[in-house]
Amino acid sequence: MTLDASSLKVVQATGNRLRRTDRSKGASIALHATLIVASVIAVFPVFWVFITSLKPDARAVEPTPKLFNESSWDNYTRVLSGEKGDFIAWFGNSVVIALMTTVIGVFISATAGYAASRFRFPGKRGLMMSFLLVQMFPFAVLIVPLYNILIALGLNGTSLGLVLVYCTTAVPFCTYMLKGYFDTVPSDIDEAGRVDGLSPFGVFWRLIMPLAKPGLAVTSFYAFLTAWGEVAFASAFLSAADESKTLAVGLQVFVQQNRTEWGHLAAASILVAIPAIVVFYLVQRFLVQGLASGAVKG
Amino acid sequence: MRRFLDRYWYAYAMVLPVVVVIAVLVLYPLAQGVFFTFTNINEGNIANPILDRPATYDVVGFKNYLNVLSGGESFGAFWSTLVRTLIWTFSCVFLHYTIGLGLAMLLNRQVRGRALYRVMLILPWAVPAFISAFAWKYMFNAQYGIINQLLRSVGLPDPVWLGQSNWALVSVIIVNVWLGVPFMMVALLGGLQSIPGDLYEAAEMDGATPWQRFRHVTLPGLRSVSSTVVLLGIIWTFNMFPVIYLIAGPNPNARILVTYAFERFFSGASRDYAIASTYGVLILSVLLVFATIYRRALRKQGEVW
Repeated sequence: MTLDASSLKVVQATGNRLRRTDRSKGASIALHATLIVASVIAVFPVFWVFITSLKPDARAVEPTPKLFNESSWDNYTRVLSGEKGDFIAWFGNSVVIALMTTVIGVFISATAGYAASRFRFPGKRGLMMSFLLVQMFPFAVLIVPLYNILIALGLNGTSLGLVLVYCTTAVPFCTYMLKGYFDTVPSDIDEAGRVDGLSPFGVFWRLIMPLAKPGLAVTSFYAFLTAWGEVAFASAFLSAADESKTLAVGLQVFVQQNRTEWGHLAAASILVAIPAIVVFYLVQRFLVQGLASGAVKG
Repeated sequence: MRRFLDRYWYAYAMVLPVVVVIAVLVLYPLAQGVFFTFTNINEGNIANPILDRPATYDVVGFKNYLNVLSGGESFGAFWSTLVRTLIWTFSCVFLHYTIGLGLAMLLNRQVRGRALYRVMLILPWAVPAFISAFAWKYMFNAQYGIINQLLRSVGLPDPVWLGQSNWALVSVIIVNVWLGVPFMMVALLGGLQSIPGDLYEAAEMDGATPWQRFRHVTLPGLRSVSSTVVLLGIIWTFNMFPVIYLIAGPNPNARILVTYAFERFFSGASRDYAIASTYGVLILSVLLVFATIYRRALRKQGEVW
């Protein structure tokens, strides 16, 4: 998988093509109509969860859904007050685990991606191929061997163990993406840094990392989301004590065997989605640029 | 050796953390997983370090593979599940790609409110998958779900989406398309922006119709981007387990290979790790064969990959 370097200029180059061409009124309406319909489809499920989160459980399953039906913030107060389980503790655990995954995952992906982008070394090809291979195996069925290894390392039931497992899912994609991104940073910069007496690590840390912000933003987003919403590993590897659960695991208390507390579940879901959406909002302006020069060149 | 290390040590030092993590947490479990496929391991006979119980499972050779590949119902009806997995994968990736490309092309124009549209359209990507799954499950509910309300109000038939019929597969495909379009859209938007504008101007000068410009400028310009995202998309979709598992549960009508592996793994009287691992290895083999063919096809077209 070689990456051809379409340089950072790419994004500016479009400027001249984006001038408003003489588009007819009809075409303009059709364009906006399509985009509006698509946006509504994209946003509606989230909006509907929000609407549901304001209703009492019994009103959430009425045969004729209304926008507002005895709506109030009650579900939120009850979820946050910990009536159904230690929501605040779950939240804290999720934040810690997701942030650790992001920091560790992005850092080791960045070093590996930089090495793969700049240096030719024996085993590089094999390394990149093995990343692709890693994506192909259904991870879920590795839970037993992974569990054994975490016990052997003394990490079972700890956040760090879970973080490392998440890193293995996030790192291959992040490495590819960052390698692609580093390829677009001219290597003259590295050479100039070396001439000025920086070590290869110094070049990487002081020169390249600051230049790779869009790529880092996208990979951070990806790593964060990988850890934030994961259920299977979290329920298998964390101890069953209520205060050590993550959000994704904890929320299962709202889904009992026979009935689902839709109102509460919806309120909790909105609370879980907010941090993800905040992270997304912070990085979204980098997304196109970062993905363009990174991942998509694989 | 000395010279070798002198030349490469910093490269290896930078790669080392990833290699260690991958080797310890992927390759070793993978090897162990492959070994499990030749045994009859399950929850009852696995070594249990907490209870201090030694392992008592036996090596059974290729029996698991024979059982699975014979396609019996009690082993998940491998071949029909494979066909369903292929239908699922290709319809999802096809719709991801076409819808993603369409939206990316619309967003690549000068449109008022472009930034806002973009934020809204990427939103499904930002919402954790288990929450989207819950949202859709709620909307798909046959009785009080908003989708059937809508269908009934305009006089269309309202199917039981998540029941024991092929609608279950249709439902999970709809959800997965909703989830996956943003990634494709963003990736292809990046690809579109890297096509030099002069090419379009030159084509316009030569009197190319919009379709010809799309066919001969846009598509070739997106080639390398597309080949990667389509490959990744196929691999990810083939192994996409949370969407189906959280929405349809163990519904055989929406079962794909990976969800069945998971079902074997987590449910049933005795968790059958051996069959689950066998499915894992078979999934890996299918994907490897596919990736090899895919690469060869690309190389034939002169793509260096």
